[in-house]
Amino acid sequence: MKSQVLLLLLLITACKNDVPHKEKVESKYENKAKDDAVVDAVDLGVYDYDGLEPLINLKDDKVHVVNFWATWCAPCVKELPYFEHINENYKDKNVEVLLVSLDFPKNYESKLKPFLKKYSIKSQVVAFDDTDQNRWIPAINKDWSGALPATIIYKGDKRQFYERSFTQEELENEILGFLH
Amino acid sequence: MKTLKLLTIMTLGLALFAFTNITIDKGYEVGDIATDFSLENIDGKMVSLADYKDAKGFIVIFTCNTCPYAVAYEDRVEALNKKYEDKGYPVIAIMPNNTDVMPGDNMEAMQARAKAKGFTFPYLTDKNQKIYPQYGATKTPHVYILEKTKKGNEVKYIGAIDDNYKDADAVTEKYTEDAVDALLKNSEIKVKSTRAIGCSIKV
Repeated sequence: MKSQVLLLLLLITACKNDVPHKEKVESKYENKAKDDAVVDAVDLGVYDYDGLEPLINLKDDKVHVVNFWATWCAPCVKELPYFEHINENYKDKNVEVLLVSLDFPKNYESKLKPFLKKYSIKSQVVAFDDTDQNRWIPAINKDWSGALPATIIYKGDKRQFYERSFTQEELENEILGFLH
Repeated sequence: MKTLKLLTIMTLGLALFAFTNITIDKGYEVGDIATDFSLENIDGKMVSLADYKDAKGFIVIFTCNTCPYAVAYEDRVEALNKKYEDKGYPVIAIMPNNTDVMPGDNMEAMQARAKAKGFTFPYLTDKNQKIYPQYGATKTPHVYILEKTKKGNEVKYIGAIDDNYKDADAVTEKYTEDAVDALLKNSEIKVKSTRAIGCSIKV
């Protein structure tokens, strides 16, 4: 596992300057200044499917919650606090949240980053930019029709896919199912 | 809690099964016969597939004003109608969202959008949200190509318009056009269904 992380880090560092779809993963939310300069500091990783695939198939002992969303998707935005709640309160129970934004690249600076800043999103966020939907939608889940929001919860080989919205209670119940 | 949920679902399912003819499934697959409808167009008139006496089939597209993917495809939907209406495959656009949830998709907004973009195809509202579930549409945009046959309007293709929502110039696979072209040539449609990302239909 450690060597995988190291490899990933190496890859990320190596590709940082020349390959746009494998940028740095971490977002610097702790860097909270008062003005808009923070928006520039939101370091957003942008991935195509080949870049995203390893991030949604991690083989460790954690429960991973992957939510596909976008700032323009009203039901996605509505349930975002529930994912933030999971990220905040289940961290010590080995649960990790990854928010995969499908905002259009032209809106990264104008919409996505300001949104992340405004709502102080703490979960890890990556942007997903891959137009070959007919390839990656069925690859992510064979039953996904392509509607947003969509969520994957997985731990090791156990994997559930949800093409639907959640209430906080529903989401927590699903995660508890993975913890027990 | 879980048992209660299951019981409720089972009871509901039984009730549906007992009192209606609706089959509970995920909508149409290629080869199924699609239902006709009578839905209000932006000009106030009701539109049905049966109105199109000379059509060979239809490009039915569930779409709306408010979804960025649908908006990205507006010009391409108009181009599809321009190209195929005269050949017998008009575009029929249906707006499936609940407009209480999405006021930006209400009749006035639809009229304004159609006028601004110069839509030449009917832009209908599935006001009672009864039609899209029968088709099995889950998102906008979502394409169903139908061919008029003796049995009825047979579903020939389900899915995306093409393979690049972001950039019409970068498209390499024009799924919808390819399917209609094949129908016009009486040849086999190579790709009969595709996936596309879209905005969930608002209920």
